[in-house]
Amino acid sequence: MTKSELIEAISLKIGVPKKRAEDVVNAVFDSMKDALLGDERIEVRGFGSFSIRERKAKKGRNPRTGEQVFVDKKKSIHFRPGKELRSIVDKK
Amino acid sequence: MFVEEDSDSAPKKTKTVTKAGIVNDVYERVGVTKSEASEYVEAVFALLKETLGKGEKVKISGFGKFEVHQKGERMGRNPRTGVEIMIEERKVPRFKASQVLKDELNKVNR
Repeated sequence: MTKSELIEAISLKIGVPKKRAEDVVNAVFDSMKDALLGDERIEVRGFGSFSIRERKAKKGRNPRTGEQVFVDKKKSIHFRPGKELRSIVDKK
Repeated sequence: MFVEEDSDSAPKKTKTVTKAGIVNDVYERVGVTKSEASEYVEAVFALLKETLGKGEKVKISGFGKFEVHQKGERMGRNPRTGVEIMIEERKVPRFKASQVLKDELNKVNR
């Protein structure tokens, strides 16, 4: 499913024009993006939580040449699925 | 933005945005009522869950993708007792942030 398919599905599910569904879906992900870019956590009950993790700077090697390179510290996004999502995905 | 102080789960002074915060943003940005905003946000997460429940992945350009990963069975050990047990194969949801979002987070210009 892509974002445009999600927009389509929302428009059908709620019975609103596609333009409205599009604005809403964009606002949802923009809101989440803004939170993460502002170093905030996001927690959506039943779905999961997103948090920022810091990876330390480290010395690495270019695997092809064996040359030593320095890798700067960086941030990454960690998603922890919620209980409900886990069980929906892993229904036995 | 609607944020709430985090109590104990996350490290130092991280604010946590909840569903209510997302609803509030949708309300402010799209010009719908609060109850409509709430209905939309619920519908978005319900659809994400439903789709992943079918084993289908969801790709949101500029944000990232959610997918279902199949994990094989493996031997595990109860760390307290040292007793070995078989961990059954299972499916787990995964999220991978898009390159665009990762670059923005690390202020990389491409």
